[in-house]
Amino acid sequence: MAVVKSIRPSGTVSGRFTGNTRLIIGVLLIAALLVAPYVAYPGFLMKALCFALFACAFNLMLGFVGLLSFGHAAFFGTAAYASGYAAKVWGLTPELAILFGGLVGGAMGLVIGAIAIRRQGIYFAMITLAISQMVFFFAIQAGSITGGEDGLQGVPRGNLFGLISLEDSLTMYYFVLAVFLLGFGLIWRIVNSPYGAVLKAIRENEPRAISLGYRVDRFKVLAFTLSAALTGVAGGTKAIAVQLASLTDVQWQMSGEVILMTLLGGVGTLVGPAVGGALVVGLENYLATSGLPVTMVIGVVFVVCVLVFRRGIVGEINVFLGRRR
Amino acid sequence: MGGALSDLVLETKGLTKEFRGFVAVKDVNLRVRRGSIHALIGPNGAGKTTVFNLLTKFLQPTAGTVRFNEHDISHAKPADIARMGVVRSFQISAVFPHLTVLENVRVALQARSSKVFHFWRSIRELDHLDARAAQLVEDVGLGPFLHTTAVELSYGRKRALEIATTLALDPELMLLDEPTQGMGHEDVGRIIDLIRRIRKGRTILMVEHNMSVVSGLSDTITVLQRGQILAEGPYETVSKNPAVIEAYMGTEHG
Repeated sequence: MAVVKSIRPSGTVSGRFTGNTRLIIGVLLIAALLVAPYVAYPGFLMKALCFALFACAFNLMLGFVGLLSFGHAAFFGTAAYASGYAAKVWGLTPELAILFGGLVGGAMGLVIGAIAIRRQGIYFAMITLAISQMVFFFAIQAGSITGGEDGLQGVPRGNLFGLISLEDSLTMYYFVLAVFLLGFGLIWRIVNSPYGAVLKAIRENEPRAISLGYRVDRFKVLAFTLSAALTGVAGGTKAIAVQLASLTDVQWQMSGEVILMTLLGGVGTLVGPAVGGALVVGLENYLATSGLPVTMVIGVVFVVCVLVFRRGIVGEINVFLGRRR
Repeated sequence: MGGALSDLVLETKGLTKEFRGFVAVKDVNLRVRRGSIHALIGPNGAGKTTVFNLLTKFLQPTAGTVRFNEHDISHAKPADIARMGVVRSFQISAVFPHLTVLENVRVALQARSSKVFHFWRSIRELDHLDARAAQLVEDVGLGPFLHTTAVELSYGRKRALEIATTLALDPELMLLDEPTQGMGHEDVGRIIDLIRRIRKGRTILMVEHNMSVVSGLSDTITVLQRGQILAEGPYETVSKNPAVIEAYMGTEHG
């Protein structure tokens, strides 16, 4: 648990800002997201939003339960395949295809969570990694569904509810934004629910929670399932938006990347992982055309981040604002 | 408490715990009478806390049985024991440090509700527990600290909060692990009063070092030494037992 303990959350956004400040910041952020496609390339923004949701879903486990999963790519990638396949082969409408991806992610989360949840710290990370590697090799073998090395190409964006064509990138962007906001809203609700209160107590003092009669494993499995389902929604949305589901989505590097995004943005904060996700996708996008070695630059950024602002970007901002008060 | 229930709320037979060959608890036969305050005392390392962990299933016994209300709970899980009405406190104060005093107690009250898995509901659904939680907080003398974060409380107040949290479950059998350990004189007095008040309708088993607490409160005392029962009985008898005096020789408790 050493890893997880040292990156304990610095307090959620809700704990630092007053209701009004939060509302203003939220409105400003949503306004910024609404005008964003007129400033930046919508294709990039869609990808950033998908990864932002992925990181937020992942953070539900790391930040709010305190367990580091090293296998979230399995949910992200499998759901991407599932949604892509459902849209392409079964001809499902995009919202149903994404919903299907979320269900597949959630079902996998339930099974894998039930297997792994009794372990803690590094053992939990290793089990989730091992299982996600099995999923990865399955994705290579099952070429008839996943397209193997080529990936599942030419996923149709289709018509939303069978009515609104998503071929136009701007329309697609607003759909992705709606999915992101719904997913983010659900995470906010989970954290601020009666269930979230128990989750918080378990993270604070697990033996005490047990001695009060809480069967903590069940709470953790539910959190893992919810995290995997939301990760699945992110993966499915990505497959529809980018029109591709590939081995990259299900590879272990993806599990590492989401950890990076979460730590960079601020583990245990609500918006931190979203910021981290957007930042990493932005960096990758920018560096891809710069001729610099992308992975090395991101590695350096990560090292600097861990050394200088350990709480992540949003975590540090929270502390700064809290101190000024 | 129906008449059908036996006089004993908790009974162990041949309770034994070995750690890699070291016998921490050996053949302990403990009988805790319903409605009594039962103290478990003994020199350091006598196995008191181990017995506690065995009773609440945080440890599994190597041999022997534990019966609660005549049910065999030797192999039950800790959370299930709590749901049956056996709730413990810990030697190292067990609060939820970054929750407020109110939230600490509310989490315990929530354990009894069916809403624990409701992740789609607003946290406001818990508001109806606030009054009861505030009452419990008031009862242990923490009224002015209702919205203080637990980590900021003094040690004695943390222990009081812990007792309020435990009481929220309305346990039939309460196990207190050194409730006055590390407390100043005033706090000790407050805890003694508190235990006197809360004993009504329940049984209390406690580990305690402070002899004035033990003599003033307990109906029965069990003395442990090197994992075994050395003596048992009311304070007057036990304190005159030569073996007990010898075990405590050289300590302030004489």
